[in-house]
Amino acid sequence: MLLEKLSNARGVSGNEAEVREILIDAVKDHVDEYRVDTLGNLIARKKAKGARPERSRRTLRVMLAAHMDEIGLMIVHHDSNGYLRFEKVGGMDDRVLLSKTVLIGKDKIPGVIGVKPIHLLKQKEREQVMDADTMTIDIGAKTKEEAQGLVKIGDYATFATEFGAVGADCVKGKALDDRAGCAALVEILKHDYPFDVYGVFTAQEEVGSRGARVAAYAIEPTCAFGLEGTVCDDSPKKKDVSPVTRVGGGPAITFADNSLLSDRRLVNLLVETAKENKIPYQFKQAVAGGTDAGRIMLVKEGVPSVSVAVPTRYIHSPVGLLSTHDLDNLIALMTKALPKLAKGLPEV
Amino acid sequence: MSAKDFLQKLSEAHGVSGYEHAIREMVIAEFKPYADEITVTPMGSVIALKRGAGKGKVLIEGHMDEIGLMVTDIEKGFIRFTQVGGFDVRVLLSQEVIVHGKPEGPGGKELRGIIGARPPHVLTAEEREKVIPMSDLWIDVGLPEARVRELVQVGDLITYARQMVELKNNLVAGKAFDDRAAVVCVAEALKGLATMKHAWDVYAVANVQEEVGLKGALTSTFQINPDVAIAIDVSHADQPNTSEINTVPLGGGMGIAMGPNIHPMVHDKLVQVAKDNEISYKIIAESGATGTDAWAMQVVREGIPTGLIEIPLRYMHTSVETLSVTDLERIGRLLALFCASLDDKFLKQWRGEAVAEETTRKARKGTRKVAKRK
Repeated sequence: MLLEKLSNARGVSGNEAEVREILIDAVKDHVDEYRVDTLGNLIARKKAKGARPERSRRTLRVMLAAHMDEIGLMIVHHDSNGYLRFEKVGGMDDRVLLSKTVLIGKDKIPGVIGVKPIHLLKQKEREQVMDADTMTIDIGAKTKEEAQGLVKIGDYATFATEFGAVGADCVKGKALDDRAGCAALVEILKHDYPFDVYGVFTAQEEVGSRGARVAAYAIEPTCAFGLEGTVCDDSPKKKDVSPVTRVGGGPAITFADNSLLSDRRLVNLLVETAKENKIPYQFKQAVAGGTDAGRIMLVKEGVPSVSVAVPTRYIHSPVGLLSTHDLDNLIALMTKALPKLAKGLPEV
Repeated sequence: MSAKDFLQKLSEAHGVSGYEHAIREMVIAEFKPYADEITVTPMGSVIALKRGAGKGKVLIEGHMDEIGLMVTDIEKGFIRFTQVGGFDVRVLLSQEVIVHGKPEGPGGKELRGIIGARPPHVLTAEEREKVIPMSDLWIDVGLPEARVRELVQVGDLITYARQMVELKNNLVAGKAFDDRAAVVCVAEALKGLATMKHAWDVYAVANVQEEVGLKGALTSTFQINPDVAIAIDVSHADQPNTSEINTVPLGGGMGIAMGPNIHPMVHDKLVQVAKDNEISYKIIAESGATGTDAWAMQVVREGIPTGLIEIPLRYMHTSVETLSVTDLERIGRLLALFCASLDDKFLKQWRGEAVAEETTRKARKGTRKVAKRK
């Protein structure tokens, strides 16, 4: 399963090479050309096939973006007794870090984020959230010098979470945000379209959607779709707050997030396609997070954009969970919706 | 099996206090080739007897249960839970677990689950600064509510899903090293004794229910009624944000405990054997209750001379407990040499027979004096 390979691969923002290699392998036989740009985006182009669109649509270029990078850690210091200090890359709740295993650097040096045992904690300490900058990674090194020989300042660390099946039709793993989008994009690129499609596997989404911005500049797309593994908060809570999305409810169409205001025509295209084909769908019911589509929409004179996503529980933590049905339905929705663009964007 | 392999096997298996059956089978299989006799106590502890050539009985033990969680409720398909043993609730967020549900039915055994963490995108700054109480945490097994209710019921046990990780310098990290690492030490001792002559009978014991009040050790020690009992348990090693006072560094061998829980003669003998064989150790002062099986064993029947060997361990009661395999091998060696060093002369000393004879003589003299005065 491609998603398994992608989830287990390591690619913190700025260091997406391992993920990119897997994706090049997965798409190269299904696209006409591909290249890797300065920031590390993988840009794959599929030329128009079959019936050509009307003359006025000849220059139609559709950009599909999914980001390769994941949140993670970066080593910033070697302690005198061989422990490592780190900083977070991307947005993360400090509370998910304790008692986790990580893999550091190219050599995948295993380490654990330890914590003072409960037996030695004062009541006050037990009630206090531990800040990430006071935590240490233990790789078993005895001295600072030994640690320096194994791990360098600036090395990236990822959670050592392994992908696997959970429950009846769910999977768990790290980096499902946004390897789920990457896996969907690979499948979408296996189909032919009557206009040029640019499948872009972007770099550095988690630190400000920097890859998507330059890729869109180069492509100058007519419109763009961001494919995501998005916030899902459907667990039971005391407070009555929005679940944002629900696992098993189908792909989530975003009206707006902190960076994006989706183009209403593209939202309508997706909704109508879902209804016609009886594909379950839902709306993302909160303005939360920022995505590649939010960057792409502001490139040059502006690009009509929309974000559509697999609801994913526990994103930005060591282990997330999604329903493979939702992923399949995202692929189905996109492959059914895209050909309709040959007739132009639907009216509002 | 090597110490590391056996530790991995025990660590990755599951057995919360009172539910140690899977561990018990592994322990029996590992102890069997080295034992003359294997029995299981009514509570479930394993006793492997290796007979000696003379008199005397020595007990060496570790406990095979682990701390865990227990299902309290099912809410909208998510599982609420409480704890069996002491957890720092801060380490639970975003952990992978196994819910030990009903064994029947496909997928009905060992359900994989995640202790869910709400994404930072929906949290307020205020929420992120609060420790979430256990009652507000949930386990997600990726199933619809009806199916969860079929497979899981209140009271089902939950353990960490954690594969052992190998670190540098022969260190390893994983779950339930407290106290399966001690069971590994006991197995190493049995292996060592296979090539040694020993006078005393050696009882190698893997006890149940330590984490819930030292219950296994109390009962199995009654059954064996040993002349000397040695507990092996984990203790805090050097680690970040803690004091180095009274701790053994990881890879530094072991702690040999001293204090009211420990018979001074047992302590001295352990130290002497370590010195004679150049096995590294550090004396650890335990000023009161040790919180180990040694505490229970000491007051079994008329009292048992008790010793305690401490395995240096970092991050106790988390899913990344860290220790040195070299330390385990050293402890196993010391235990074997200690058992083999025990002879009839010591037996008399342990039992106080030499002292008793002396006292009786003095007492007789005293009686005569008193009689004269009358």
